[in-house]
Amino acid sequence: MVSATKLDHTVLAHHDHDHHKDTFITKYIFSQDHKMIAKQFLITGILMAVIAMILSILFRLQLGWPDKSFPILETFLGKWAEGGRIKPDFYLALVTIHGTMMVFFVLTAGLSGTFSNLLIPLQLGARDMASPFLNMLSYWLFFLACVIMMGSFFTEAGPANAGWTVYPPLSALPKAISGSGIGMTLWLISMVCFVASALIGALNYISTVLNMRTKGMDMWKMPLIIWALFLTAILGVLSFPVLVAAVVLLIFDRSFGTSFYLSDIVIAGQALPNQGGSPILWQHLFWFLGHPEVYIVIMPALGITSEVISVNSRKPIFGYHAMVYSLIGITLLSFLVWGHHMFVTGMNPFLGGVFMITTLIIAVPSAVKTFNYLATLWRGNIRFTPAMLFAIGLVSFFISGGLTGLFLGNSALDINLHDTYFVVAHFHLVMGSAAIFGMLCGVYHWFPKLFGRMMDEKLGYLHFWLTFIGAYLVFFPMHFMGLDGVPRRYYAFTEFEFMKEWLTVNKFVSWAAIMAALAQVAFLYNFFHSMFYGKKAVANPWHANTLEWTTPVEHLHGNWRGEIPSVHRWPYDYSKPGEKEDFILQTTPFSQTMSSNLPHDFEGDMEAEQIQKNWEANNGVVSKS
Amino acid sequence: MRRLLNEEDIRTLRARKFLMWLFIISSFMFFAALTSGFIIYTAGSADRGLKIVLPHIFRLSTGAIILSSVTMHLSYLAGKQEQLAKQKIYLILTILLGALFFIFQLLAWQTLIREGVYFVNFNASQSFIYIFTGAHLLHIVFGVCILIYTLIGTIKNIPQNRTVFRLEVGSIFWHFIDVLWIYLYVFLLLGQ
Repeated sequence: MVSATKLDHTVLAHHDHDHHKDTFITKYIFSQDHKMIAKQFLITGILMAVIAMILSILFRLQLGWPDKSFPILETFLGKWAEGGRIKPDFYLALVTIHGTMMVFFVLTAGLSGTFSNLLIPLQLGARDMASPFLNMLSYWLFFLACVIMMGSFFTEAGPANAGWTVYPPLSALPKAISGSGIGMTLWLISMVCFVASALIGALNYISTVLNMRTKGMDMWKMPLIIWALFLTAILGVLSFPVLVAAVVLLIFDRSFGTSFYLSDIVIAGQALPNQGGSPILWQHLFWFLGHPEVYIVIMPALGITSEVISVNSRKPIFGYHAMVYSLIGITLLSFLVWGHHMFVTGMNPFLGGVFMITTLIIAVPSAVKTFNYLATLWRGNIRFTPAMLFAIGLVSFFISGGLTGLFLGNSALDINLHDTYFVVAHFHLVMGSAAIFGMLCGVYHWFPKLFGRMMDEKLGYLHFWLTFIGAYLVFFPMHFMGLDGVPRRYYAFTEFEFMKEWLTVNKFVSWAAIMAALAQVAFLYNFFHSMFYGKKAVANPWHANTLEWTTPVEHLHGNWRGEIPSVHRWPYDYSKPGEKEDFILQTTPFSQTMSSNLPHDFEGDMEAEQIQKNWEANNGVVSKS
Repeated sequence: MRRLLNEEDIRTLRARKFLMWLFIISSFMFFAALTSGFIIYTAGSADRGLKIVLPHIFRLSTGAIILSSVTMHLSYLAGKQEQLAKQKIYLILTILLGALFFIFQLLAWQTLIREGVYFVNFNASQSFIYIFTGAHLLHIVFGVCILIYTLIGTIKNIPQNRTVFRLEVGSIFWHFIDVLWIYLYVFLLLGQ
């Protein structure tokens, strides 16, 4: 043991040496400090979210006013909006890149990247990640992915427009549609960078959680957000390589003439030589990633909500263990349900039935989580901070969007509902809006930790209500369009007689989308203004229990001065009867809270229980045991 | 204070070694996806499937890589016992065997091409052979890079305990790609 210790010291001495001479470049650009990397992920994520949102407004203009010309669009978009009307190819590109950016760049990298980097070391009591260098690499690969994806807008043929799921043959044949050429190539390169980034990040998060917890922080004392981020990282490690495998085959089909996914294809009257391939193979591989991916998106948001609801209800989270087991259940089940994206691909109905059952079972852990949130709120001493409102908003979206999942998960109903606006409504509520609300909730809550300043509350309220109402106004009507059979991704839906009546609804939805988009200006102003001019934060502004609030407000390398604090209790001792304050830090030993200790706090430690009993006898307290 | 720092260092080091295990898991998933893809694809129609006898050179490459795992382990043991000369020789042997494996695989490709089993193929089951072996060869290249990095360390005479750490991480990976190849080979054999 002694020699091992010495060994490690020499191995590490070399690395530690490099950290202390910070220049502008090592501090702000190629930083290896997890807190700075978290900020980089967050700001890049927000930037991508704004861009992806603008894309959505562009295609909403087309959907709301299909026959109207907007000359300003031609000014900005040039040939893609000749005569002020968005072209069909570009419309598809908008939809595709909006989806890709939101799912991968904003809600995977922006959400997991930010909060894993910020919170895993800070809440577990580690000085940094397992490998700060890989952590930096993870960010810069993500940044590169963003740049390449944006770069595809500046190509002659335009960005990829095969949909965010890039099904072959549209993605496999460079000549298929305009975006299948260079746009698709860039999309694939960008995604390879992104997957590398996500994987490196996930490896780091898992290793840090498992190996670098401070003294006393056993797994069952971890805050729920850490559990969520940890399981999210596991999902990433198990599912992203599958996407890489699928993409490798796709690249060979595109560029080398193999036929993994291609068969019997005729382009412009000419038959292609490719034979024997199976486009369904892509769907299997893609959705084996694709479905866990939606949990990669929502689980960190659920974790953030757990923290924020507990802190701002001043109550312990209801059913901590049930919450963890639900997350584990969701993690496991997410690998068994990919077939529900493929019910209508000619799948054996029996197999469809199996996927239907596994899919519907996910409702159980999801419902457990929902009810636990509600039970935590119940009779809490609620503080409606902006973060709390966003957390409650998430619960609302998770319920209203989750319920429609029961319809879509049913393989018989899916025959009618697949590829309609019902699907769009479902996933925009349950994983789109819910996850975005989780992310915003996290930003409002941890802003003081990120930037040492407070965000403006009034603007936060304005932002919340406009966004909350806006999101429902946008997505709720889509359910009815879907039930009527209006397909998603159609450019000129008014060409079909039965869809014409939905024009007014589309107009309404577009107005709501514009309102919700404008509401984000309140957030952006608040975010960037508060970063420099916000009220200075105190160390623990929300009176929360977790470790990150025991660090000094100003960031320092290594997070804590001197020793890393030890942990003595779980993170949810809020409003504990018998205690003067309504929160007890995780670092507070039981010996300092004799008046509020409960028998089960000691986890069967007889000696500690005896000491507690003696103290209670001496102080005239009626024993709680 | 010093004692405490050491404890933190141990945690960091253990965490870094663990990264390699996690990388192996993700790499395993990559190959699991490819082989599952093969199964799904091949099951789709009777026209698909390997329909060939695999080149016998694969047996030689299997022998080479198993042997390299042995030398790798011997190098690691020598490193732990601070037998520097032995450690270096076995390390070099491992690298050479890795290179030999690489050559055998290329020869196997040559044999396949001679038999008319091309990569660009309307029976993609046969294309999969190249995908499996090619992706595995990338791992071999990566593994050899780690070993060369370790070798450079020993030549530069870095502290022995750092060499042992590199050897340990390198050997975890090297044994993994050995087992991985055996998995792929058996998988292909069962498919033929």
